[in-house]
Amino acid sequence: MTTEAPTDAAPPPAAGHAITTAGLVKTFGTTRALDGLDLTVRTGEVHGFLGPNGAGKSTTIRVLLGLLRADSGTATLLGGDPWADAVALHRRLAYVPGDVELWPTLTGGEAIDLLGRLRGGLDARRRADLIERFDLDPTKKGRTYSKGNRQKVAIVAALASDAELLLLDEPTAGLDPLMEVVFQDVILRAKADGKTVLLSSHILAQVEKLCDRVSIIRRGRIVQSGTLDEMRHLTRTTIEAVTERPAAALAALDGVHDLTGGDTAGQVRFTVDGARLDAAVRELSGYGIRSLVSHPPTLEELMLRHYGDELAAHR
Amino acid sequence: MTATTAAAPGTAPPPPPRTTAPGPVGPFTGTGVLLRFALRRDRVRLPVWIAALTLGTASSLASFESTYADAADRRSIGETLNSPAGLAMTGPARYLEGDYGFGAMLGHQVLGFVLVLVALMSVLTVVRHTRAEEESGRAELLRAGVLGRHAGLAAALALAALANLALGALVAATVAGEGGGALLYGATHTATGVVFAALAAVAVQITPYARGAAGLGLAAIGTAYALRAVGDVGGGTLSWLSPIGWAQGTYVFAADRWWPLLLSAALAAGAGWAAFALSVRRDVGAGLRAQRLGRPGGSAALGRPLGFALRLHRGVLLAFAGGLALLGAMYGSILGDAERMIEDVEALREQVERAGGASVAESFVSVVLIVPAIVAAVYVVMAALRPHAEESAGRAEPVLSTALSRTRWAGSHLAVALAGGTAVLLSGGLVLGLTGALSTSDGALLWKVPGAALAYAPALWVTAGIAAVLYGWLPRACAAAWIVPAYAFVCGYLGELLGFPGVLNDLSPFGHVPRLPATALDGGGWLALGLLTALAGALLWLGLAGFRRRDLETK
Repeated sequence: MTTEAPTDAAPPPAAGHAITTAGLVKTFGTTRALDGLDLTVRTGEVHGFLGPNGAGKSTTIRVLLGLLRADSGTATLLGGDPWADAVALHRRLAYVPGDVELWPTLTGGEAIDLLGRLRGGLDARRRADLIERFDLDPTKKGRTYSKGNRQKVAIVAALASDAELLLLDEPTAGLDPLMEVVFQDVILRAKADGKTVLLSSHILAQVEKLCDRVSIIRRGRIVQSGTLDEMRHLTRTTIEAVTERPAAALAALDGVHDLTGGDTAGQVRFTVDGARLDAAVRELSGYGIRSLVSHPPTLEELMLRHYGDELAAHR
Repeated sequence: MTATTAAAPGTAPPPPPRTTAPGPVGPFTGTGVLLRFALRRDRVRLPVWIAALTLGTASSLASFESTYADAADRRSIGETLNSPAGLAMTGPARYLEGDYGFGAMLGHQVLGFVLVLVALMSVLTVVRHTRAEEESGRAELLRAGVLGRHAGLAAALALAALANLALGALVAATVAGEGGGALLYGATHTATGVVFAALAAVAVQITPYARGAAGLGLAAIGTAYALRAVGDVGGGTLSWLSPIGWAQGTYVFAADRWWPLLLSAALAAGAGWAAFALSVRRDVGAGLRAQRLGRPGGSAALGRPLGFALRLHRGVLLAFAGGLALLGAMYGSILGDAERMIEDVEALREQVERAGGASVAESFVSVVLIVPAIVAAVYVVMAALRPHAEESAGRAEPVLSTALSRTRWAGSHLAVALAGGTAVLLSGGLVLGLTGALSTSDGALLWKVPGAALAYAPALWVTAGIAAVLYGWLPRACAAAWIVPAYAFVCGYLGELLGFPGVLNDLSPFGHVPRLPATALDGGGWLALGLLTALAGALLWLGLAGFRRRDLETK
């Protein structure tokens, strides 16, 4: 298995891909919201789309929906052109925006039916089931719903459809933790039904739980894409150990970084490149290991690897 | 305004108890801060309104001075206006007694028209700073701070009062050369503006929607205008039920009576008090009536683009149709009076006979129909810009992510604007025809008046087309579509009084509509209507083509 590095040319649209974009550029005035975005989502997978606010997640999704027109680059969605074939493609997909706005005078139930029927119909049984699971009152008027309840309306409308592709843009913003669990259940079931999901999110636990593959976006470009395992392999593992003899010499070993302690017997802490883990542990065992803890990189660390400099600038 | 730093500088040996607030806190705490904030927010909008209204008065005056330089000319236009249609479009006949100088001409011909706009400015200002803020949720953020219960409403009313004071002072200065009534002339503007600000303050308590509150305010303005029109033709009683009638009842520059403005002051005070009283009987963000629950699912019609659009337009459409039916009923009911009035004045009867063939009622109808037509144009602009309102509120995005094409979505709204505008117009025409036929016993009006009203439909469609082009190509400049009804109002209404050159009227689609039923619909008339319809079709097509090409505006 290979990881698509950002420098790789985008793969040609293949039957196994629900979404492919290559070199997508979108500017708003002087802001370059998308700056050569290459994204691939395989059919049947739940694909996490990670990045902080303003990185270009929503712009990407709106280009994929044909709501915005890319300045350059290509995008293929379910085998069609998202701008030219928008209406035909929309029959096969459902969208949940991150900030759902409802019609003040329409009830939630009416909004669900409206969106469902305009798409081409929805499954009444699934609609009823989802309304119950999300504990939504469909008789209230749009203006009286809280943020979380407005999100639920859009989620129910999207998931009660027969769409084969779900484009979800931070869909659970404003949902309480209980509903977050329901949402994860529902998405896993959609995946089991063979649906493809593009899930933009910055809730890392949600992505870790649901997603087969993730793409990390930064300033309008995908900086890393792959399965979580692959990404972990490419990233450093943290080792904490207690040794019998000073292990400072480890610092000289290829692939070992950020070593602290180790100058006397006892605590030593370092990170090591995934490919050098074996060599480092062998070396470490030479100092007499009393205890050993290893942390695989969390998604947070994967993100920070790409955003560490921005974080430092804000501190 | 409350002092925020009450603690005296220096040393105070006994430390003050902690419970002492840094100033008195009451229901009006923070009004001053909010007022300054509101002044800053409206630092462009209100000066533009005030300048436009002042300039309108100044240019009307200049136009009178050049067009009616001779006393004989003024007497002649005064005699022309002393007809039912003339009085319905201007003001009470009392202004025509005396020498009908420039000041009296202003009070008679311009005042009522300008006061409609002053009232509009006041209503929109109050709604924007109260209900619209609550609906957006911003008011909640502010109310969580140190802010009295009444501060928001008090600041909005104070802002409207300041704007109307400034307007009154500027208008008074503009007409200062016309004699002793200048101050009173300015005061009628301030008084009427404040009355409608107070009425709007009540309206925003009733409905939870800014759009609905503005609609109630518009209905109040329309009713006030229609009451004075009917009253001025029919003897004056009904004019005394209208705040605009009170302002014209000062007979400014003709008799200079101040006391009718006491009625304005009393209504403003009463409505203002009611607004504050009502505001504490409801929750922030809610209306007076508790929000009712609705249907748990959508009807079959809601799932179709046109049904969906119609559902969103329903309330406003019905309100306008009802309003125009009322206006039509008022005009229709005075048709009989109009005929009798003409019978009494021999000069007028001769004039009517010279005009050739048309009955008194028919000439009256052909003059006043421009009013319902412009009201219908206001509806058309509102409806045709609804897609833009939906788009900027973020509600277009989920719908356009379904299998609904952009053309069908925007096209449905435009279809409602076209058909709805025509229906609204026809509603006014039908009721005017019916009540007119009853009051004059002339059965032919039953079909002549609605037919004459329908002649304005192509001009309405062009209005919708202009709004569509702006929406498709320059969505940020959409509000410019309001120029069409505003310009038609100025040209079609004031243009004839002020003697505008014909070319100005030709720029408005409403200037090309044949004035039926006083004249017959000849080949030229049909050609004009056909060309307007074709132009409307082309504009609508162009607008939709632009909308298909552009990015959706996203939040």
